Amino acid sequence: MRNRLVTLTTVTVIAAAGVLLTTTAGTAQAPAYRAPRAADGKPNLNGIWQALNTANWDIEAHAAGPSVVRELGASAAVPAGLGVVEGGEIPYRPEALAKKKENYTNRLKLDPEIKCYLPGVPRSTYMPFPFQIIQSQQHIMMVHEFAGAVRTIYMENHVEAPADSWMGWSNGRWEGETLVVDTKGFNDLSWFDRAGNHHSEALHVIERFTARSPETLMYEVTIEDPKVFTRPWKMSMPLYRRVERNAQIMEFRCVEFVEDLIYGHLRKQPSK
Amino acid sequence: MNHRFRVPARVLATLTLIVVLVSIPVAGQAPSTASRTNGTAAKPYTPSRTPDGQPDLQGFWTNSTYTPLERPKDVTKEYYTPEEAAAAIKLVAERENEQTEPGTTADVHYDFSQFGLDRSQSTFTQSLRTSLIVDPPEGRIPSMTAEGEKRVADRAAARKALGGQYDSVQNMPIGSRCIVMAGAGPPMMNAGYNANYQIVQAAGYVMILTEMIHDVRIIPLDGRPQPPPGVRQWTGVSRGRWEGQTLVVETTNFNGKNPFRGASENMRVTERFTRTAEDTILYKFTIDDPSTWAKPWSAEMPMARTQGPIFEFACHETNYGIANILAGARADEKRAAEAAAKTGSK
Repeated sequence: MRNRLVTLTTVTVIAAAGVLLTTTAGTAQAPAYRAPRAADGKPNLNGIWQALNTANWDIEAHAAGPSVVRELGASAAVPAGLGVVEGGEIPYRPEALAKKKENYTNRLKLDPEIKCYLPGVPRSTYMPFPFQIIQSQQHIMMVHEFAGAVRTIYMENHVEAPADSWMGWSNGRWEGETLVVDTKGFNDLSWFDRAGNHHSEALHVIERFTARSPETLMYEVTIEDPKVFTRPWKMSMPLYRRVERNAQIMEFRCVEFVEDLIYGHLRKQPSK
Repeated sequence: MNHRFRVPARVLATLTLIVVLVSIPVAGQAPSTASRTNGTAAKPYTPSRTPDGQPDLQGFWTNSTYTPLERPKDVTKEYYTPEEAAAAIKLVAERENEQTEPGTTADVHYDFSQFGLDRSQSTFTQSLRTSLIVDPPEGRIPSMTAEGEKRVADRAAARKALGGQYDSVQNMPIGSRCIVMAGAGPPMMNAGYNANYQIVQAAGYVMILTEMIHDVRIIPLDGRPQPPPGVRQWTGVSRGRWEGQTLVVETTNFNGKNPFRGASENMRVTERFTRTAEDTILYKFTIDDPSTWAKPWSAEMPMARTQGPIFEFACHETNYGIANILAGARADEKRAAEAAAKTGSK
């Protein structure tokens, strides 16, 4: 009796392992986790999410560095990071790499984040601010705290981008556990980070959002832009749920904070 | 296109009316005539439900209207006849088109009719009401308390102390600075153009996107408390709940930097959204600010279903206008100073 039970258990374990192995081998990214379902039966990605890395400073691997504004000392120094670019390096065309370096040198003047401009995609996702996913069948909204940036992901009636914009035109679809968002129609004005990594208006972003636990998503991005890069390349990172009680997207209307910076030189000077 | 809706009986026991939503194609057909009937026999509309069971407010909406917040001084009744309503719209529409007269300063700024920005060229809502304000019955904002009047005077004095409107960006209107515009509210007032909204609902939340400056309200429905009084925002902090078919949203914690009609930062806005027809939401709001008005006052307006999508309104990113206005003012000053120096040297 006991022997038989042991045998049975062993067989079961082996069989289960076999299934597991087959599944893993069959699909490279077999979902290890099945998200709870929204009322419409789709994976429920609703929530307030935030990246917890240093991609907004530099998506490539980088050591810690000083602040671009000397007076801010350690408070605005650059925290180190191992990078979020798969394969380590961004495959720039030579002239585009030169522009990246120029951007970096002049970042205090040129970084659109400093001017409170809409951050573009995918930068909006990994800025050090939360964003909220509001998911319906027809539209999935991504509402970002930074500059109140907002994206509408059209889940039905996909069309080409009718006009260029900062946040692009996003068509979405479900692939099993994964929300796939295909975004085009960008202008060439946003950056990927504070290090001056850039793109042209030919940018094509394909994002994959997959729940990997109740409190984390996996975020994978493919970047295509033949004018700037020699081949498509990828970034990936986890996103974390803001679990504190009553977490909410707060106002960050940064226009007010940059007006003196942008228009200060046009202020009336006191008469002498 | 006449669409009937019934004012919830619980709120206004007897009053029912028909609101006409006029949508004028670019070709410019005359608006269909408004009419008023006794709608008591009409069955109240029951909105469909979202998958998680909320009454469904989703879609694209506009609150564009020719009805003024306050009743014009020469009007004494609550409702126009359909003919009077049409005449009132015509008058305002003509005034709007005046600025397209060639050679006028306004014409240089925005040619409203050419670019389809004036209200008559897209969907707008129309009711026979002579004012959006329904309470007090005179249709006008009640007179202010002494404290309210003093605050308004103090604010005006503080503005004056900062210098002229074109002296610095901070002296310019908040909307021109792309910080916040009236459409975002609350209360969500009627923008002169692009008065469009998108509503998306998910379990526990209602999201309202305002086209102007891509302003988003995320309204939680879980009964959470307001944040402490020290946390104040331009558009306050909103909390919502469903009362039957009606979404009720309470907003407090304003920062007082964009006061609504002279209100204090302690204003409480209560909004009510009720889907009264397939293509209509009745939007009501009540302003409660005892330090400014002795009694709360209320207004209501329909929101009409409109066509999406809503495009990105990147206001600040290309705010050439504000830089050019300030630069123009500095150039004027320079010219005036040079002219004065010339006169002085003669």
